[in-house]
Amino acid sequence: MIGRERHAVARGRVWRERVVRAITFLCALVSIGTTLGIIYVLVSESVQFFGEVSPIEFFGGTRWAPRFSPPQFGVLPLLNGTLLVAVGAGAVSIPLGLLAGVYLSEYASRRTRNFLKPILELLAGVPTVVYGFFAITFITPLLQRVFPDLPIFNALSAAVVVGVMTFPIVASLSEDALSAVPRELREGGMAMGATRGEVIRRIVIPGALSGVMSAFLLALSRAVGETMAVTLAAGADPKVTLSFFTSIQTMSAYIVQASLGDTPHGTIEYQTIFAVGLTLFVITLAMNLLAAKLVGRYRQRYA
Amino acid sequence: MPEHTSALTAPRDVRRVLFERLFMLACLLAIIFGILALLALVYGILRDGLTRLDWEFITSFPSRRASSAGIYSALTGTLWMMALVTLFTVPIGVLSAIYLEEFAPKNRLTSLIQVNIANLAGVPSIVYGLLGLAIFVRMLEPITSGQTFGFANTSGRSILAGSLTMSLLILPMVITACQEALRAVPQSHRHAALALGSTCWEAVRHQVLPAALPGMLTSVILGLSRAIGETAPLITIGALTYVAFVPKSPFDGFTVLPIQIFNWASRPQAAFHENAAAGIIVLMVVLLLFNSAAIAFRVIARRRLGM
Repeated sequence: MIGRERHAVARGRVWRERVVRAITFLCALVSIGTTLGIIYVLVSESVQFFGEVSPIEFFGGTRWAPRFSPPQFGVLPLLNGTLLVAVGAGAVSIPLGLLAGVYLSEYASRRTRNFLKPILELLAGVPTVVYGFFAITFITPLLQRVFPDLPIFNALSAAVVVGVMTFPIVASLSEDALSAVPRELREGGMAMGATRGEVIRRIVIPGALSGVMSAFLLALSRAVGETMAVTLAAGADPKVTLSFFTSIQTMSAYIVQASLGDTPHGTIEYQTIFAVGLTLFVITLAMNLLAAKLVGRYRQRYA
Repeated sequence: MPEHTSALTAPRDVRRVLFERLFMLACLLAIIFGILALLALVYGILRDGLTRLDWEFITSFPSRRASSAGIYSALTGTLWMMALVTLFTVPIGVLSAIYLEEFAPKNRLTSLIQVNIANLAGVPSIVYGLLGLAIFVRMLEPITSGQTFGFANTSGRSILAGSLTMSLLILPMVITACQEALRAVPQSHRHAALALGSTCWEAVRHQVLPAALPGMLTSVILGLSRAIGETAPLITIGALTYVAFVPKSPFDGFTVLPIQIFNWASRPQAAFHENAAAGIIVLMVVLLLFNSAAIAFRVIARRRLGM
């Protein structure tokens, strides 16, 4: 009798174990579902879009005016705006972020680092809409003092603010990469009579190069996908230009602008935001995958 | 040491030492740039918003007149969203992390899930907005508008749709952080429980989870604070920009603090910019509270695990 009861209890435990495993497995599948959902949604709406607009016009056209008649669907101006802001932001965040990462990893004492890292975390945690407000009320007026002809909405202010936003990413990721370089390499350099700075520039940074590069890529990819700050700061004027001193529009800012207006389901405008979204998704995915590959390389080297 | 000094005063070495100092200075300046940026940000917002912030601002609905506008509906919208996002992300995030850390066999499917989560974390937030628009607002409209449950709403652009979108957005982050919390629990806890005859789940339930709990709380709170500040995906799913009512059910239309801030910031008048700044102060105070809580739980976690 006792034996049978114990058997039943054990069976209950095994059964419960299986149920719990199945539930947790289903939860883990939610993330796969999310990816499939994103791809399905973007592709299915884009397919309808490309039924109306030829891919040649979309990827080759230099005018973006979906509300004009006849509407024009050349995505190059939006792509141009996105890349302009990303490059400008990279020009701010990559050198400054790398130097800050060097400071944190090579020069700062433990106490200084414990004081500085929360500041970087705070900077990274500020919502993007707040950065947008900061751009139009602080950075743009500041820049206008230097360049009096700068319009209120301009690519320069957007690039600077996105640079500030991605600075903590570059700093903390390159710090991680630099501190993964083994101590012996530094000591070897010092023993050969190199100064600390020479060790950093000739040994530590080259040793951590793939990790540092992946930090740059991730920051650029974040800048490409950035939305609210550029929507507020850069204006809504899609154009092909290399100038920072004019208003532009990025892909993400277009999606926001279109969403604020009325875009009924099934219309070409509704499909347009998905076609632009797909372009954005593919670009950032490629950058993220490349970054992940580079990180894997330095992890392998010093693991 | 005279020899040493003379070696460093040789012309070539003077240049080396000088360059060395300059390089270190450049590194220091770069980090100071970050501190200054944060100070400028805080200063700019306090300068514009502090005088505008009072109790009336928090308890008033938005208005066409800047001076009588407030954030009441935005704040309630944000609170609604927080509640629902917590409800969705805590079970799914924690259980996913448990599966990946404790149960998952080492096979291709597991590594696929893992790589997939890492990639999802890098997808721009606005793309999640497009996902939410097509799936939650359009496809699942009968559910997200509440029609299935007898509500009279006609639009799927509801708090529920917004919360589901935001949950998917923060899940990769929450799962990864919860996995780290589980990984921080020493193997010996699991081995001891298994040796006493408990099943895998019993070991997790009674030994690993209690030890990992503070770390998991940190993960969830940090995920939520990301969700509080996100704007773009909610604009994409069509959250409202002017709301003069308090949402009464998850199926109501809504706005949130960041959208209200965006709306005011995008107007040309300085008076609305002051409103935006005051709204930002409220948003940042909420975020600081969340982050302090996260740090407190992190400290508890380290202490509990004897780190």
